[in-house]
Amino acid sequence: MASTDTRTDDLAGLEAGLDALDAVQVRRTPVREILVGKVLPPLLAVVLVVVAWQLLVTAQVTEEYKLPPPSAVWDSAVDMWLQGTLLEVVWTSVSRGLLGFMMAVALGTPLGLLVARVKFVRSAIGPILSGLQSLPSVAWVAPAVIWLGLNDRMMYAVILLGAVPSIANGLVSGVDQVPPLVIRAGRTLGATGLRGTWHIVLPAALPGYLAGLKQGWAFSWRSLMAAEIIASSPDLGLGLGQLLENGRNNFDMPGIFLSILLILFVGIAIDLLIFSPLERWVLRSRGLLVRS
Amino acid sequence: MATTTLTKAEDRATVEHAARLSHVSKSFAGPTGQQLVLDDITLDVAPGEFVTLLGASGCGKSTLLNLVAGLDRPTSGSIETPGGRPALMFQEHALFPWLTAGKNIELALRLRGVPKQERRPEAERLLELVRLGGSFGKRVHELSGGMRQRVAMARALAQDSRLLLMDEPFAALDAITRDVLHDELTRIWRETNASVLFVTHNVREAVRLAQRVVLLSSRPGRIAREWSVDIEHPRRIEDTAVAELSVEITEQLRGEIRRHGQH
Ligand SMILES: Nc1ncnc2c1ncn2[C@@H]1O[C@H](COP(=O)(O)OP(=O)(O)OP(=O)(O)O)[C@@H](O)[C@H]1O
Ligand SMILES: [Mg+2]
Repeated sequence: MASTDTRTDDLAGLEAGLDALDAVQVRRTPVREILVGKVLPPLLAVVLVVVAWQLLVTAQVTEEYKLPPPSAVWDSAVDMWLQGTLLEVVWTSVSRGLLGFMMAVALGTPLGLLVARVKFVRSAIGPILSGLQSLPSVAWVAPAVIWLGLNDRMMYAVILLGAVPSIANGLVSGVDQVPPLVIRAGRTLGATGLRGTWHIVLPAALPGYLAGLKQGWAFSWRSLMAAEIIASSPDLGLGLGQLLENGRNNFDMPGIFLSILLILFVGIAIDLLIFSPLERWVLRSRGLLVRS
Repeated sequence: MATTTLTKAEDRATVEHAARLSHVSKSFAGPTGQQLVLDDITLDVAPGEFVTLLGASGCGKSTLLNLVAGLDRPTSGSIETPGGRPALMFQEHALFPWLTAGKNIELALRLRGVPKQERRPEAERLLELVRLGGSFGKRVHELSGGMRQRVAMARALAQDSRLLLMDEPFAALDAITRDVLHDELTRIWRETNASVLFVTHNVREAVRLAQRVVLLSSRPGRIAREWSVDIEHPRRIEDTAVAELSVEITEQLRGEIRRHGQH
């Protein structure tokens, strides 16, 4: 009896030793390191671009109505801010973009699942769906205006046509990349049919799905801007696309620059604030992103 | 809790076999027509019995386990597992990387229908059983290879199946870790009283663990011979009794493999 006891002790000790030897150490990055490594470089790049821009203006490479100085763009931003329209314009577009994107998610997700899981559906519409991704969504603006008129519905239609294929395709490729072993492991645990889809396939496909969402957002935003630029009408409310179009009509180059910068800024901000952290969190929690 | 498991065990004790394979054959569509992989396998695993299935690489061991697990259907013959769906432990750990070690086990419990409040303590108990008490919240990638295999074992045990199928679960581990897990498996098998069908191509591993060793021939896989192993537990891989039987079985296995060279 005593001998079995020491044996068990031995075993526990041996195991503890083995585990300590090869367990992975996970380290949190300190804030300072993030600032220096992640925030400083892009800031520097922006400063450099602005400096180069100012230099070009100072060297008078072209007329000022073609290339306004950064300060003029800044002034027009301050003007809009003081009039209280800046945030309003941005919000008009962002709220439209996000609402359209959410509708695209609501439609693209079940569609993607259907294509990924049902053979017939896949061979029927799979190729069309991936083909649609390469169709610029500007192409949809004209028919959308004719079908739906100059209103918000037409904007959402263009967003959906641009973003749904990306989201659905992202999910399909996410599902396709799920290792068969994971599916089989799920099946032996009793996760088949809908339960298998919910507990195994969807979480396993999450990285691909998120990549699709990210691209879906980019497409939503682009489609919306195309729609806003082409189909401006007073009934639609002033969004960033219309702001750009107004600048063009008034030969207001600082206004055009400001609009472009704002469009770019919103696109980057949403990606940086929502999608990148989400994606990194998912990858990190699966050990697919150990460094940085 | 204790009483329910008792009655369950009694119910199941009335069944005289944990798995019954009768004349099971399996062929796959190959480049030269149908390729027969398993030929007329008839095998019973008694309740509480530990059987190892030994055979050369490619002889159809994984195919056989998949059939017993219900992941695939036999071409002919029948397979009964009266104790319900068997638990299967794969050669790779097959843990879900989006869940922590503990949540992997909780998912198995959930799919088995264990009520929510009972899952957490049961998962902790199972982790305790494989000596990973403090690892509930660990991510799969934070665990060592041996720890992952043990979590996979705990997850398989969470199915509370009367039959545990194991497909070379320790093949990728170093000798010392494997030896430790052999001890764990023997201990758990005796504690839970489940039947185990354990696949390996390692003769010593087969002898060290099993009450009965079944040797499969290759191409097609047929049962070539059986040995019952009466060596007393605890066994060690370096015990002389283990070594002697291993030599005998290896001789036979060599003969099986040599036979193919002559055709
Ligand atoms: N899905 C399949 N389709 C066609 N052939 C298959 C399939 N699965 C297995 N085989 C063939 O069946 C034979 C046995 O394969 P199996 O994986 O069962 O071998 P094994 O005994 O588990 O080998 P190992 O010890 O290397 O794991 C092999 O020749 C393999 O090529
Ligand atoms: Mg195998």
